[in-house]
Amino acid sequence: MNERAPRTGAEEATDGREFTRLDAFLALCLTRFREFYRESEVVFWSFAFPIMLSVGLGIAFRNRPAETLPVAVVAGPQAARLSEVLGRAPLLTAKVMDADMAARALALGRVALVVAPRPDQGVEYRLDPSRSESAIARARADDALQRAAGRHDPVPSAVVEVREPGGRYIDFLIPGIVGMNIMSGGMWGVGFNLVDMRIKRLLKRLVAAPMRRPDFLAANLAMRLVFMVIEVSFVLGFGHLAFGVPLRGSLPAVFAVGALGALCFGGLGLLVGSRARRMETVTGLMNVVMMPMFVLSGIFFSADRFPQVLQPLIRILPLTALNDAMRAVVLEGMRLSALSAPIAVLVLWTVLSFGIGLWLFRWA
Amino acid sequence: MHLSPQPPRDPSPSPSSVVVRDLHKTYGTVEAVRGLSFDVAPGECFGLLGPNGAGKTTTIEILEGLLAPTAGEVIVLGRRWGHDDQAIRERMGVCLQQTVLSEKLQVDETVELFRRFHRRGRAPEAVIRQVELTEKASARVGTLSGGQKQRLAVACALVGDPELLFLDEPTTGLDPQSRRQVWDIVNAFKAGGRTVLLTTHYMDEAERLCDRVAIVDHGRIIAEGSPRHLMTSLGGEHVVEIAVRDDGSGPLPPSAMEGLPGVRAAHAEAGRIVLTVAEPHVAVPAVLEKVRAGGWALSGLSTRHASLEDVFVSLTGRHLRDE
Repeated sequence: MNERAPRTGAEEATDGREFTRLDAFLALCLTRFREFYRESEVVFWSFAFPIMLSVGLGIAFRNRPAETLPVAVVAGPQAARLSEVLGRAPLLTAKVMDADMAARALALGRVALVVAPRPDQGVEYRLDPSRSESAIARARADDALQRAAGRHDPVPSAVVEVREPGGRYIDFLIPGIVGMNIMSGGMWGVGFNLVDMRIKRLLKRLVAAPMRRPDFLAANLAMRLVFMVIEVSFVLGFGHLAFGVPLRGSLPAVFAVGALGALCFGGLGLLVGSRARRMETVTGLMNVVMMPMFVLSGIFFSADRFPQVLQPLIRILPLTALNDAMRAVVLEGMRLSALSAPIAVLVLWTVLSFGIGLWLFRWA
Repeated sequence: MHLSPQPPRDPSPSPSSVVVRDLHKTYGTVEAVRGLSFDVAPGECFGLLGPNGAGKTTTIEILEGLLAPTAGEVIVLGRRWGHDDQAIRERMGVCLQQTVLSEKLQVDETVELFRRFHRRGRAPEAVIRQVELTEKASARVGTLSGGQKQRLAVACALVGDPELLFLDEPTTGLDPQSRRQVWDIVNAFKAGGRTVLLTTHYMDEAERLCDRVAIVDHGRIIAEGSPRHLMTSLGGEHVVEIAVRDDGSGPLPPSAMEGLPGVRAAHAEAGRIVLTVAEPHVAVPAVLEKVRAGGWALSGLSTRHASLEDVFVSLTGRHLRDE
């Protein structure tokens, strides 16, 4: 048959399939999913980047075992005895040196403390009070010398070692990375993507087809939720397997908080991408929205470190609310009912951003 | 607005596929479209021909329901935009000027997506075969050439089995072979008795595809009719161009040629004289005699059929691609 011929008969005019609105919606979802996983940059930022960040920061800020501290003993009649006592003490090493050398070693940070015998059988501790290891070395050295001299402690004490996960930096970090990922996913996946499609006139082409406009936006959001479940599972799963980060709350609670975050940042993405017709405009707007939250919202360190006057502002930011809620569920096992404040903040942002975003939105 | 499917001013028994009455579109202070009116009959291929900035794209996007007119009436497939837009979109196909389809999708996935927007339609494989992309069916859109991308865009417009096809500059920027492929697709669609409305600034495209053409300039229709009719309206269907050597006898004025037997009009252009003639076998000997008698030395002579370009030049004094 000649390929250029028109439809030759009635049987070829239609393919016999009849599609509903749901078929079109599912086709849009599938399209979004394909565009997502075939975009290598998106896969990098969604999966590889959070893992690299967790590993890098997790190693840099890992909890270290207590460090053995070097101490200098100034040469003199008692030096050998003092050095021997200090050398036997836990987590100290002692070395005898003359007064000048000891002073220089302290100044250069080679020793944490200088112990100088005094003529009255006592000792003098020389240290830089601004160095925390000097204060620790002084406490250890003093303890060892006093006990060796026969000190009796009036209060009996014992040490029990607790090594439960949950309080380490990596435990704090992983839920923050999850929150950051949900924010970036919403802003880039919805906001940037819409502007990209507008610039390429693909939005215009879609609305020229009998595609229902609300279904297109709904498919984008539905796929954000799907990607959120994958991304959150991936980062939390990695944190658990690689670092033993606990999951104390229920998975449904984790995904409920994640879904609220994904909708909230999807709405903010819609808002920043509602009108922009240039890449520079939308990336600029996204930076304006995201940069303050990167710093203030407690991804890498607690938002409590900022001054009290800033706290009301910080608490109203959507990423702060998301990070607080995610940490409360992951690390403390809290129920959603106990998280009404951050949930209210997220709902408020979601409603506001969708309301304004849909009102401003332009297809062409 | 009333819901009557028929325009009240057009009581013809065969309803037009497209009716446009006194269409205006203003952007701020710029009047892009200033009172266009035309009809497109079912089964007809109608072309809006004009230079860039004439208002062609604005007009076709209003007809496609993508822009709202400032004033005027538009009826597409018996309906007005704003009531049941979905019903119009189900029955029309659209190919925008330079759409970039999603680069990460495959050709067949893209056509299937557009198929699923329509309740009923053609099999994507059949449409892909028709636009000669079968070998590229599982290639990513991002790897296609410009001509292949344009044929894919046409496939997306055809897959809903439309009665009415809108094409906005379908071959702009394409190589000659790709242009011919797009023309073949459009002609096959027309052969199925369907309606086409296209814009172009290519004369040859309008002459090849269109049953009727409206020449648009500065937002107005300055001439309308079949390509043949428009070319005949020049007074002749042939064009004779002559050039003379500059050997001191002075330039040859176009007025010298007016009134010669068979010559309908004459004007100077880029150092040559362009004559519109009805009968070349009468006109050419007379022209040669005139040149010889005046002492000029002929350095070039050519004859050709008149084109829409000649119509445009005679109407506006400008070439279509002069911008």
